[in-house]
Amino acid sequence: MSSLPDIFSAVVQGLGITLQVLFLSIICASIIAFVAGLSRVNTNPLLRGFTGFYVEIFRGTSLIVQLFWFSYALPGLFNIHLGSDVWVAVLAISLNYGAYMSEIVRGSIQAVAAGQTEASIALNLSRFQRMRHIILPQALRMMLPEYGNYLIQILKATSLVSLIGLTDLLYYGNIYRSTHIAESPMVYVLLLLMYFVIALPLIAFTRKMESISKKGVAS
Amino acid sequence: MTWSWDVFFSVIPLIVKGLWITLGLTLACYLFAALFGFVWVFISRLPWRPVTWLFGWIAEFIRSTPPLVQLFFIYYAWPMMPVIGVSLNPFVAAILGLGIHFSTYMSEVYRSGIESVDKGQWEASTALNLSTRQKWTKIILPQAIPPTIPMLGNYLIIMFKEVPLASTIGVVAMLHIANDYGAQYYKFVEPLTVVALFFLLLSYPSALLINKLEKKYNRSFDKKTLA
Repeated sequence: MSSLPDIFSAVVQGLGITLQVLFLSIICASIIAFVAGLSRVNTNPLLRGFTGFYVEIFRGTSLIVQLFWFSYALPGLFNIHLGSDVWVAVLAISLNYGAYMSEIVRGSIQAVAAGQTEASIALNLSRFQRMRHIILPQALRMMLPEYGNYLIQILKATSLVSLIGLTDLLYYGNIYRSTHIAESPMVYVLLLLMYFVIALPLIAFTRKMESISKKGVAS
Repeated sequence: MTWSWDVFFSVIPLIVKGLWITLGLTLACYLFAALFGFVWVFISRLPWRPVTWLFGWIAEFIRSTPPLVQLFFIYYAWPMMPVIGVSLNPFVAAILGLGIHFSTYMSEVYRSGIESVDKGQWEASTALNLSTRQKWTKIILPQAIPPTIPMLGNYLIIMFKEVPLASTIGVVAMLHIANDYGAQYYKFVEPLTVVALFFLLLSYPSALLINKLEKKYNRSFDKKTLA
């Protein structure tokens, strides 16, 4: 179809925002996941309780609701202006997925055999050394495949940012469709293909991590 | 904009109306996804390699692209398709869109359940000269299904939280009502908070219940899951 290049050049304007939200969210969500995940296995009950509360709130409510909530409540209720809606989107997505991913961090740390902790105590390692040299290296490889899955989830979640007015791929797709109704199938098929192309490296990463995490481990 | 408890309490009855639609839609999407999930499993077990390979990638494609775009495709683009195009009402479009998206996840759950059945069970049923039907209904499925129950429950909760996507194509459920109210009175935060609270109230206890189930079955799975 002759209109395909037109659609592509219209939609591709949003690629920058989509990738920007994707990368910023991945970075922020990973940091949040580690901080929250490690806090949940901390000995301080206050810290544990607080992060538990955060995780349950964000896992228990829907991302799309959180996105709308942040975009209205931050400037309106709390008078916080992040400068750009990109940061509102990144904040909502990374707080949401950070909560989910912190559960993988916590789960993998707790899945490391208790004997490892006992042995490192017997070897007189400090708590930091124990985490840094014994527990985390083993927990990390366990969490990698699921971590990869969540990266794909975050990519899918970036499509929601058009709903709060960010000009991402889907936003330009919708604009184009509204003036070229007959070409709507092409528009959305192209959009899906573009998202899939962005997802391919993440899928490859996940599969690679799956094979790495299985290597050399007795099942 | 300041927080108003009056608004907060006055929107609760409005949102409750939408709650039933959200719950109904969740159930409909879930049933569709649960049934359609079997189709993927069936195809993946066909003895013809190119077909299973092709459908494996189609499933991967559906799984790794945004459900929101898929929803728009079904609602806005499908009626424009030559020959096969028909207009769908938002409700049906949401069931199809979210149902197909999540069916690709459900099929992974089924697959993991089937693969968790010990190889010896298959061999034994062959040795006992059971028919294909007997093998599946008497030996494999009774062992494959119970351990997947917590994961199936998990997906019900996950879908419940994805259903508000349907408000973007005009399904008047909780989120849509909240946004309409906001647009009318310029009060967004209170109705959205009510919506969030309803989600939390329903999904948190269900998650606890599923945790219990999970401990009961206490099995781990090869995961390609959301959460």
